[in-house]
Amino acid sequence: MDSGVILDLVPIWTAIIALGIFFYVLLDGFDLGVGMLYGLAAEEHRTTIMNTIAPVWDGNETWLILGTVALLAVFPLAFAIIIPAVYFPVLLMLLALVFRGVAFEFQFRQPWIYRFWSNGFCIGSGVATFAQGTVLGAFIQGFKVDGRNFAGTSWDWLTPFSVLTGLALMFGYGLLGAGWLVIKTEGALQAWARRVGRICLIGVLTAMLVVSVWMPLSTPDIAQRWFSWPNLAFLAPVPILTTVIAFASWRALLGWGGDAAPFLCAMGLFLLSYLGIAISFWPMIVPGYFTLWQAASTEGTQAFLLIGTLLLLPIILMYTTWSYWVFRGKTRSDISYY
Amino acid sequence: MTLDPVFLSRMQWVWVMAWHILLPAFTVGLASYIAALEGLFFFRREDIWLRLSRFWIRIFAVSFAMGVVSGIVIPFQFGTNWSRFSDAVANVVSPMMAYEGLMAFFLEAAFLGILLFGRRLVPRWAHFFAACMVAIGTLFSSFWILSVNSWMQTPAGFEIEDDGRFFPVSWLAIVFNPSFPYRLAHNVSGFYVTTGFVVLGVGAYLFRRGSSVEEARRMVLMALGFLALFVPLQIALGDLHGLNTRDYQPAKLAAIEARWETTAPVPFTLFAIPDQQGERNLYAIDIPYLGSLILTHSLNGGIKGLKQWPPDERPPVWPVFFAFRVMVGIGLVMLVVVSLGWFLRIRGQLFETGWFLRLCQWTAPLGFVAVLAGWITTEVGRQPWTVYGLMRTAQSVSPSLTGFDVLLSLLAYVAIYLLMFPAGLAVMARLVRQGPAEDVETRIPVEGLRPQAPFIQRSDSHG
Repeated sequence: MDSGVILDLVPIWTAIIALGIFFYVLLDGFDLGVGMLYGLAAEEHRTTIMNTIAPVWDGNETWLILGTVALLAVFPLAFAIIIPAVYFPVLLMLLALVFRGVAFEFQFRQPWIYRFWSNGFCIGSGVATFAQGTVLGAFIQGFKVDGRNFAGTSWDWLTPFSVLTGLALMFGYGLLGAGWLVIKTEGALQAWARRVGRICLIGVLTAMLVVSVWMPLSTPDIAQRWFSWPNLAFLAPVPILTTVIAFASWRALLGWGGDAAPFLCAMGLFLLSYLGIAISFWPMIVPGYFTLWQAASTEGTQAFLLIGTLLLLPIILMYTTWSYWVFRGKTRSDISYY
Repeated sequence: MTLDPVFLSRMQWVWVMAWHILLPAFTVGLASYIAALEGLFFFRREDIWLRLSRFWIRIFAVSFAMGVVSGIVIPFQFGTNWSRFSDAVANVVSPMMAYEGLMAFFLEAAFLGILLFGRRLVPRWAHFFAACMVAIGTLFSSFWILSVNSWMQTPAGFEIEDDGRFFPVSWLAIVFNPSFPYRLAHNVSGFYVTTGFVVLGVGAYLFRRGSSVEEARRMVLMALGFLALFVPLQIALGDLHGLNTRDYQPAKLAAIEARWETTAPVPFTLFAIPDQQGERNLYAIDIPYLGSLILTHSLNGGIKGLKQWPPDERPPVWPVFFAFRVMVGIGLVMLVVVSLGWFLRIRGQLFETGWFLRLCQWTAPLGFVAVLAGWITTEVGRQPWTVYGLMRTAQSVSPSLTGFDVLLSLLAYVAIYLLMFPAGLAVMARLVRQGPAEDVETRIPVEGLRPQAPFIQRSDSHG
């Protein structure tokens, strides 16, 4: 559209999409995490665990749709290159989410195969998380591009690094899930969640360390960005804050700072990892090939969608908050289905 | 045999889409029905509406969850298998998909939690409000996604750059492209009719079984009243949609009618085996003039034949031809059922006529078949294009995919869906068998904070 408006919408959209993906990771992250922990929990706790996420899980998954479609709308070139490149992780993730969602609904309704669906819920959560982690790993390692197309094979994504990031995310979502359970439950179950949370935290911190070493070693540009002067000084708060929050997270899981503290600390760790990745790649969206601006859709498309988004996003946030607020507090056993 | 990634990607699309579409075909109508029941309960305060609403909400929850999870798969298909298409058209159609996400999914998902779990946590009006929001959400969803679909059929409001990419010129023209109003009306009304027949069939079943008799009566009467309006309306909307297709997608219309030659007047072919290679129909049963009457609303009107287009621009004829006839045939059967129902009702014999109630049970799933048939008609009729007349399906697929990749993913989708959809159907059938009557006060209130899921108790107490 030749509107003559010289207003660069790319940064606004980058912020919105980044926020959307972050919300998704937090929200579906904790319910996928709860799903994985569910499989490890004692039988008598399982129903309560399920009830902590029952009212919110499908709302959480809609953020995934929104993030995906917004990526298509605002950075179509990135969408057209990245998604085919992670064909099988996306397939795995989708099948796992489908299976998990169905298992969630069915386990209460088909008691005679309850075990099948309840295992399915746990395994589906794990597989979906692992697949999302490998997508992240594949993104960090970059894609082979020719013109406007992904030029590699559908198996390029599978590397030791992407397997590592896959496992890392499983620990990460596990940590979020444990934090959520600490908020929503009491007594023995809460103590158990704190214990599992600590194991997840160790996994997360180990993975963060390995990734932080691996990325600059394998990609000189990233090393340059972080370790050259004066970047080193500006960016130093990121690793320092990470260390502080990691420490706080451990303390919180031991009982410091109230029931919400473990979840908030886990959020902080996710935010910092996210920032770290963003700093490493800015302003590229297809690493090594296209910047955010080169991959962006036309101004007209961005503007058309932005009008509605600025109008609707606050409303969405409002009623998402409302629906969480309605189900606030410790999970009540008298919340019945319907 | 070589594995063709284009063909396999199409099969995969058909597989994930055909299953998915069955759910909105049901939930769009059911959400509105539940909102109506909640409204009746809110204003009249009679418990029967509450029981009916709770009964259908239980079924809605299952179908909606299946719709959400099978729906997440769809936007990813654009990226995984149709990345060329995504790159070419994203500037034009993707905002509509994003608007669907923004307006519909969130509305549905956020208020669904309240609708399903919140009856005792929010005031009565808020619960009714949540039911309305969920219903409106499903309609918004239909609006935007059918706009995208219609744009692929009758593209408008764009310009094409040298590299083959589409760019927006007028959003109004893009969203309200020529086939959109007709497609939207025909689809939503079709979804309503589909739900109407399910409600009718379930009501008839419960009545015949002799449990929940009063609830069953209300279901049958409500459905019959509703369908008396919507079945004729749907047929009229289909006719208008057909006229629109004649104007904007004449090759599709020619395939629907299996017309090879451009002629006037046009007969209506009741049955034939279309022979794509030989460009003719075998074993055709034609009714003279009827084609002209239906397609042009005059006795001597003509339509273009398929030979007007080169063979590589013609849709495959037999799927379009037969799917259309299945759809129209079902429409006529529905009209007969509804007319019979009203005939019996006026004579006061509706609930005494066992064979009619059985007929209602048998016709309950017909709407789904009609929806699928209509979908095949319009989508296969669009071939060989993804953007009608402008971008070929063969050029839309992701270039990195091998046939083996797609075969693998297709088999995985087949396996998971064959597990999940029959299980979903079984769950819903079980909910129907439980019926609405005994529900409300039989749930055991849970004391204190002892974590127990009431729904497990319910399963135990009925299972």
